[in-house]
Amino acid sequence: MLRHAGKRLLAAIPLLLVVPLLVFLLIDLAPGDPAVVLAGDNPTPERIAAIQARLGLSDPVVERYARWVGAVLHGDLGKSLMSDQSVMEMIIRRMGATMSLVLFAMVMAVVLGALMAILSSLRPGGVVDRLVNWLASIAIAIPAFWFGLVLASLFAVTYRVFPAFGFVPLSEGIGPWLSHLVLPGVALGLLPAAEVTLQLRSALGQVLTSDYILNARAKGLSRRSVLFKHALKNACVPVVTVFGFRVAEVLAGSVTIEIIYNMPGLGSLAVDSVLSRDIPVLLGFVLFSTSVVVVVNLLVDISYGYFNPKVRA
Amino acid sequence: MTARQQEADARPLLEIRDLTVEFPAPVGGWTPVVQRVSFTLGQGESVALVGESGSGKTVTSLAVMGLTGVTGGRVAAGSVSFDGRELTSLPEREWRALRGPGMGMIFQQPIRSLNPAYTVGDQIAESVRRHLGLNRRAARARAIEMLDLVQIPRAAERVDDYPHAFSGGMCQRVMIAMVMACNPRLLIADEPTTALDVTVQERILRLLRDLQEQTGVSLLFVSHDLAVVAELCQKVTVMYAGEVVEQGTAADVFFRPGHPYTSGLLAAIPKPGLGTGRRLATIPGSIPAPGLWPEGCRFHLRCPHREPGRCDSVRPDLVPAGPSAQARCLRVSEIDLQGVTVA
Repeated sequence: MLRHAGKRLLAAIPLLLVVPLLVFLLIDLAPGDPAVVLAGDNPTPERIAAIQARLGLSDPVVERYARWVGAVLHGDLGKSLMSDQSVMEMIIRRMGATMSLVLFAMVMAVVLGALMAILSSLRPGGVVDRLVNWLASIAIAIPAFWFGLVLASLFAVTYRVFPAFGFVPLSEGIGPWLSHLVLPGVALGLLPAAEVTLQLRSALGQVLTSDYILNARAKGLSRRSVLFKHALKNACVPVVTVFGFRVAEVLAGSVTIEIIYNMPGLGSLAVDSVLSRDIPVLLGFVLFSTSVVVVVNLLVDISYGYFNPKVRA
Repeated sequence: MTARQQEADARPLLEIRDLTVEFPAPVGGWTPVVQRVSFTLGQGESVALVGESGSGKTVTSLAVMGLTGVTGGRVAAGSVSFDGRELTSLPEREWRALRGPGMGMIFQQPIRSLNPAYTVGDQIAESVRRHLGLNRRAARARAIEMLDLVQIPRAAERVDDYPHAFSGGMCQRVMIAMVMACNPRLLIADEPTTALDVTVQERILRLLRDLQEQTGVSLLFVSHDLAVVAELCQKVTVMYAGEVVEQGTAADVFFRPGHPYTSGLLAAIPKPGLGTGRRLATIPGSIPAPGLWPEGCRFHLRCPHREPGRCDSVRPDLVPAGPSAQARCLRVSEIDLQGVTVA
């Protein structure tokens, strides 16, 4: 198992190299220059050239990329072009909000999705089943940013149940932390919850008509233990397989949600860095998100062996 | 021996009376799939349920296990009594206590009948923990003991293997171990060797026969293969299109069949020494689907002995056809049917 995990980590190295390279190339192709931003209003061409030279912006793309990789290997993500702060510190300071949000959304996706799928599998084709299918299909079509705005105007402005914006770290108490997360978390978790619902529902539907379920009933097991012990573990296999994608999806979605709810997370940092062409900050964000996706996929891989013993061999 | 005991011994273990099972029709309403089926199975007896695919054998055996609802159907009429106890109205709780120690079932597809996500040991232990109340350690020991009993080599190691590490024949042995672990009184085997190689078939059948001798378990053996049935069972019930068309002792049914369908099935058994010049006998046509059963005798469209104007309009009843046999044929006393001939 440990060897397998090590191999998977090694296989992720090319990914961690290629994604930042793509970002370098894309920024190089896109119009806009950080030196122009930094130079302020009405800059002279000489001033822009001087800034470009100081930051090494006029060097070829490949050279800049190689320099960045070299620095990262030494644990140095560089400094922000705009604020001169360490990128590493900026990310660490901001990742609490983002990771809390992603965690909330994913927990909601798993809990709500599993609950809905189990409810609808109790009576396939019944009223509950059709209602769940209908709701989940609608939920997939709802854009997170729109849902986020609706939730905020309803539960933060009209009814004032939850705070409308901001973020409180977990260290200041679980209550305030959670209450700030509910609205953005629900907005962000709706899509993955609907996806888990539909996928688990169809997997359960298939598993429940299989021969080993009939056999489990023939052994004198109760309906509940057949569902929770024999059916659910097998039905989780296809759901777990794509769980890594769901996390990537939620991480991407967190960018807009953080802006709507004015949360000091990585998403708003990323947007600011794109707008101001703050390349080191953007690269730091990209490297961080890629790493999160890699680690989640590794965990998925490891858990896969539990759900599907066939792959353990 | 007390009078009560004598009565219990004389009573059949399983008695099915006029059982009718229905499934939802695609156009709405319910279609009967098994109709007015009756047969009995005595303590320690082996009874075969024979017929082509689609004749209602599996539906009948699932009804005995009380699993009709699980497969989407319903028992519309009739009674199933087990050891004197009526089962069709049994609450689900009591059913669960009966499946396992009362009756167990093995299926046609042994590999698909085992849960791929748990070890075979877990799956055997689950039954005995539930029904015999054994603790984890004792249940595991029981699982190993049972795997050993069904002749799985190195049982103590294999108990921790997952089903995908076993062949089809080995999976069927695991299934038998799982069912027999609770010491059931009735074992229902639904085509247990159909999916297996011929050589493996033979070994599974021998295992079933040995287990029956050791434990005295009664056997309801579902099969379409009369050659296999002849080896194992004392009594035979032949089903066609959802109803019983013939039943009697194995000797009666095999040597003096009373129904043209039985005779046709017997003729279709391959015999050793069959020359290349001769073709294996078949029954022309195919079994009608539930809901599409013809008027009169359900077999008349495929029957070589049919009498136009009679067989296609009059519903035959089960009538005596031999010393201990009954057949559902209008012409039972008029036609001379070929049974198994001993060369």
